[in-house]
Amino acid sequence: MKTINQKGWFFVAPVVILVAFNALIPLMTVVNYSVQETFGNNLFLWQGLDWFQNLLRSDRFYGALGRQALFTSTILLIEIPLGVAIALAMPRKGIWVPVCLVLMSLPLLIPWNVVGAMWNIFTLPDIGLAGYFLNSVLGINYDMTQDPFAAWTTIIIMDVWHWTSLVVLLSYAGIISIPDPYYQAAKIDGASGWAVFWFIQLPKMKRVLTIAVLLRFMDSFNIYTEPFVLTGGGPGNATTLLSIDLVKTALGQFDLGPAAAMSLIYFAVTLLVSWIFYSYMTKDEE
Amino acid sequence: MAKISLKKLKHSYYPAPKKPEDYALKEIDLSWLDGGAYALLGPSGCGKSTLLNIISGLLVPSEGHVLFDDKDVTMLTPAERNIAQVFQFPVIYDTMTVYNNLAFPLRNRGIEEARVDTRVREIAKMLELDEMLDRRASRLTPDNKQKISMGRGLVRDDVNVIMFDEPLTVIDPLLKWKLRSKLKELHQKTKATMIYVTHDQTEALTFADQVVVMQEGEIVQIGTPIELFERPAHTFVGHFIGSPGMNVLPCEIKDGKAYFQGDQVEIEGEINPTNSTKTELGVRPEFITFGKKGVPAVVKKIVDLGKHYVIECMCADFRVNVVSVSNQQNAGDAVHLSFKPQQTRVYADGWIASKDGSK
Repeated sequence: MKTINQKGWFFVAPVVILVAFNALIPLMTVVNYSVQETFGNNLFLWQGLDWFQNLLRSDRFYGALGRQALFTSTILLIEIPLGVAIALAMPRKGIWVPVCLVLMSLPLLIPWNVVGAMWNIFTLPDIGLAGYFLNSVLGINYDMTQDPFAAWTTIIIMDVWHWTSLVVLLSYAGIISIPDPYYQAAKIDGASGWAVFWFIQLPKMKRVLTIAVLLRFMDSFNIYTEPFVLTGGGPGNATTLLSIDLVKTALGQFDLGPAAAMSLIYFAVTLLVSWIFYSYMTKDEE
Repeated sequence: MAKISLKKLKHSYYPAPKKPEDYALKEIDLSWLDGGAYALLGPSGCGKSTLLNIISGLLVPSEGHVLFDDKDVTMLTPAERNIAQVFQFPVIYDTMTVYNNLAFPLRNRGIEEARVDTRVREIAKMLELDEMLDRRASRLTPDNKQKISMGRGLVRDDVNVIMFDEPLTVIDPLLKWKLRSKLKELHQKTKATMIYVTHDQTEALTFADQVVVMQEGEIVQIGTPIELFERPAHTFVGHFIGSPGMNVLPCEIKDGKAYFQGDQVEIEGEINPTNSTKTELGVRPEFITFGKKGVPAVVKKIVDLGKHYVIECMCADFRVNVVSVSNQQNAGDAVHLSFKPQQTRVYADGWIASKDGSK
């Protein structure tokens, strides 16, 4: 017979309370807003699913979602291979290891709004080092306040500069945890350098790379501060990503209902993509 | 297949070794015949893995040469030497099937697919892996994974030597025994030269025709399992092989006779003249019996091991183990121990110093 012991719940209680207060309860207030209209003064009108319907029919939302998808996939396609490549090139023994690790961590230590401000100034056509060089020395017309292409190039380079290090550090951790006999066996089996990468290093990095992709996906999909400081979503709507659009709706227009509905859909998309990706990557594991 | 010779091999992990202690290997001279089954036996840190890695080419020795037949391979890579090595932990290519794992070394060498297929199936059958050729290698049990590691060495029929670096470490005891006999069987079938590194005497003695015992970077004795057991060339071998190990007792040499605690002890033969201050008697527990005469001792402890008893006795301050199939003694009894003279030897500074009386 099984003894029933409910005392275990006490041990789970702290985490339940914590998650409730930092995620569930705030999220429920958003749910509450998403089905109502408010004009302030604590006055609410029932709206049902109208905000959701409107949003899913609005071009503005799909525009922001499309830009967001383009931004996230571009930076993933650059940062993941680049991060792996840098990690492979880093020394695994000797005094250069800590030097490389510290240098790699530096961009991660800089606050997000500072990163935005740095790159803003850096690319200003009149006084920024890169902006001045491109415009006045090379004669390329590069001004991200005017040209959407320049704005996109800048936010992508900025994100790559800021976050590739994270992929590098994670990949590096994966690489150095591979025991020597794997490399020795590969040597004995006559494997080429490419085969070593493809059959040993990449499979052994799979777990950390899954985490790296997930983190970069979630972070970049929710990115706000850096592009906001850098371009403010412009020129026009060119770099208005989902989060920027959301803030515009909620705080700029004070449309709390539609903004809440958008938040929930935004959250659902992030969660869904993460879940599909994670399930796919771990399906082979027992 | 090739004869392997090691010539004046030394290795140190320090860039500028000076003292003998700086060397992980202190001058090794050794030849291994083609097709033999050899074991390198020694405690952890005795240099056996270093020696193995030098033979396989993963490590370049500080001094000396490695010869395959008469070709100097000291500076060649493992692939160029055409050897195979099985590691302590099973090394498999996770993303490949068992079949592709086994085919990998052949494909890397550009061997045609038809030949690859026959070899892989042949070896898989030998290793009893033929049922699981299509399965992902990462899903197998450790013993099957280790079989794949072995298989990758065996598929190439032209390997000069297959080396095993404590390959049974992670295997369950029961399967260990199975895999060990499998290995022996494979050696008989393939006639490949095999070198087996281990710190486990049972593994070494069951696998090898010739066992090389190492201690602190030196070879102490090379011999068949029987030779190592019956006539250890060094007290270390006596200690290390056998369970319990050889009894080593301090003795005095006077006029060519050996005395223990003042009593003269008959030994196998003549004693080599020696100036050593450290002379010892060595006799295995299996060759001591209780008698009316002999060295007086007191029984301290009796351990029943099922098929025999280990009786621990004290001669003054020295412990002497006796192995006996039957036991009439009790703890505390005063007894006399008689050493079988043909199996009692004298050691000076650790090395054997009495002449083999049977020759």
